Amino acid sequence: MLPGSAPAAGGTGMFVPAATAGTVLCCMCGVSMQPNPANMCARCLRARVDITEGVPRHAAVVYCPDCSSYLQPPRSWLRATPESPELMQILLRRINRPLARLRVSLSGAEFVFSEPHSKRLRLKLRLRREVLHGIVLEQTHPVEFVVHDRLCDSCSRAQANPDQWVAVVQLRQHVPHRRTFLYLEQLLLKHGQASLAIRVAAAPSGLDFFFGSRSHAARLVDFLATVAPIQTSTAKQLVSHDTKSSVYNYKYTFSVEICPICREDLIALSRQASRDMGGLGPLVLCVKVTNAIALLDPLTLRVHHLEEKKYRVYNFKAALTSKQLVEYIVLDIEQESPEISIDGSRYQLAYAQVARVSDFGKNDTIFTVRTHLGHLLNPGDHALGYDLYGANLNDDDMDTAMTRYSLPEVVLVKKSYEKRPRTRRWKLKRLPVEEDAANKAKGEEEKRLDEYEAFLRDLELDPEMRFKMDLYKNEDYRSEMASTVGDDIPTVPIEELIEDLTLGDDEDDDGEEAV
Amino acid sequence: MASRVKFENSCEVGVFARLTNAYCLVPDGASEGFYSVLEGELAGAVTVVRTSVAGTRIVGRLCVGNKRGLLLPHTATDQEIQHLRNSLPDEVVVKCVDERLSALGNCIACNDHVALTHPDLDKETEEVISDVLGVEVFRQTIAGNILVGSYCTFTNKGGLVHPQTSVEDLDELSTLLQVPMVAGTVNRGSEVVSAGMAVNDWTAFCGSDTTATEVSVVESVFRLRDPRPGAGALGSDVKNSMVQDFFTS
Repeated sequence: MLPGSAPAAGGTGMFVPAATAGTVLCCMCGVSMQPNPANMCARCLRARVDITEGVPRHAAVVYCPDCSSYLQPPRSWLRATPESPELMQILLRRINRPLARLRVSLSGAEFVFSEPHSKRLRLKLRLRREVLHGIVLEQTHPVEFVVHDRLCDSCSRAQANPDQWVAVVQLRQHVPHRRTFLYLEQLLLKHGQASLAIRVAAAPSGLDFFFGSRSHAARLVDFLATVAPIQTSTAKQLVSHDTKSSVYNYKYTFSVEICPICREDLIALSRQASRDMGGLGPLVLCVKVTNAIALLDPLTLRVHHLEEKKYRVYNFKAALTSKQLVEYIVLDIEQESPEISIDGSRYQLAYAQVARVSDFGKNDTIFTVRTHLGHLLNPGDHALGYDLYGANLNDDDMDTAMTRYSLPEVVLVKKSYEKRPRTRRWKLKRLPVEEDAANKAKGEEEKRLDEYEAFLRDLELDPEMRFKMDLYKNEDYRSEMASTVGDDIPTVPIEELIEDLTLGDDEDDDGEEAV
Repeated sequence: MASRVKFENSCEVGVFARLTNAYCLVPDGASEGFYSVLEGELAGAVTVVRTSVAGTRIVGRLCVGNKRGLLLPHTATDQEIQHLRNSLPDEVVVKCVDERLSALGNCIACNDHVALTHPDLDKETEEVISDVLGVEVFRQTIAGNILVGSYCTFTNKGGLVHPQTSVEDLDELSTLLQVPMVAGTVNRGSEVVSAGMAVNDWTAFCGSDTTATEVSVVESVFRLRDPRPGAGALGSDVKNSMVQDFFTS
């Protein structure tokens, strides 16, 4: 220690001598610099040593112009948009091996702009490498990738035969109307289950969904099993067979049949069935169809859920369906018991005096019946119901039931409201279904439109059904003030509507659906 | 004058040769080119002795000395000691040192007045050094390295140390040795300065890889340049030579 020089104190009280690094001359160019392991200034080092020696300057990538994806050898294709991080990852993986072999590490990479039609992708890499006694040098290095066009496997298959399908789901319900399919269509749209289908075609009394793989078809079938009472059977057909590697290509068919009982169907149960369900009255009304059927006895207000498997034991058909509903006018109503709620739906037992609208003014035919709609009906209301008094039925069970028990003459099903031909505030999306042009009968178009209108009206009445599907705001709706006076017609509240996504520049955000 | 030489394709001249103001030790068996360069420079002024130490050729690293004496490790054979005693001038005392650290050239750096030694050297060895070589002995480290003989070399005129020596250390050494010291490299950036060159008061031999910058640093710090008018070593008498030239031209 020289006399007079101040000691530098360390934090712990230890003496740490001050050590300022001196400067030496660079051994090549003589410029004064801080000493480093090579004792050469940075410029001399860079001039002497090129760390990018041996690093590839050109490489190739394969691109599929149809689905804009890049090949990752040996077989996977990855989607990437131009100048995206995914594309950067793909390109860096292509040159990773030579870099690792040269012990060069990558400290940064960025894209250099190139025209998309030039078929070249340019990257600027920052490479780092250890040279000469442990100095780490960093240098930029441009790499150019040549883009080769090639159709990927799935695109080439689609190009070769666009209608090629591997699995089909044939959805059928043997009833004369298509209400179920309208409802299922909305459910599929909401859950996005039909997005994988190559094609959707309409068939008599059903729909066909075509898929590119068996697993997609199985996924749709599983979904359907949770929302409807179905019975599935599968079949497969050999298409081709590679003898050398024992690969068999099949076409798979899933035949899905929905139970023919729908909502608002009147069913007469056989003695056996009635006894098995705990003495449910011979006449039951179907109130809800999910993956089980809910049967309501209107006289005792008991609901029984029947699973698909159990249904197959009895296999009863509907005696009267909603096509045969007759309009009645309610003359008097007398509540019998308090309102109860089963499964989220409300029922109330009441005595009602009703007359058919066709009889009303002409004769005095009045029926006194027990009904489950006590909470809805008031004198003067119109209701729809099944006319057992005047019906001519072709049903064995109904005949036996009629002889054994005394059946009511009228079974009221729902309240009816006035028809109002005004536009609705909301609308629904439709699935792109291919119509079978050859099979069209005359008048079928009108029938379909009527059914759709009836379906929309049902939606307005039933909030629970609305909950299961997406309703969108109708842009063309004009509010008509006059018709809202004194109306107790149920309408869809605006909170339940979703704003449709438009490609315009003003509103492209989704409103929230609050139910 | 600093010359660039190679000993058998190796640029580490200081490993093989030991150069002082009175004598020069070189190993046997090299090409005549090396010997002729050496003898050409040193002719007459200095005795050039060909020898081996402990049967090896790394003479520069095993022995250390100045104009007054020469120290050899205990591994040197009697024959070598006798040969050296015979060849060297009588003023030079040849002594064998019994020391665990037998590479004396790596552990001790000295000129005619001061010696810097490895911090772990024995006390007896220190005494022998001060007796035989007639120097003051200081235990030192150079840039945190204990092998002072490898990383530092100095003569009576100047000294060169490891490039990463701090400024304070450099000042301290300079004050201790009373000669100008500089941190630098030889042999294209090699830090082992003493092994890369052999130097005495008027001449220096560097390895072939030494760049021009390094040679100029060596020449200026050891004051080896010709006293030409205008060409100055550190603190030389530039003015005098200029005046002389003016009058004589």
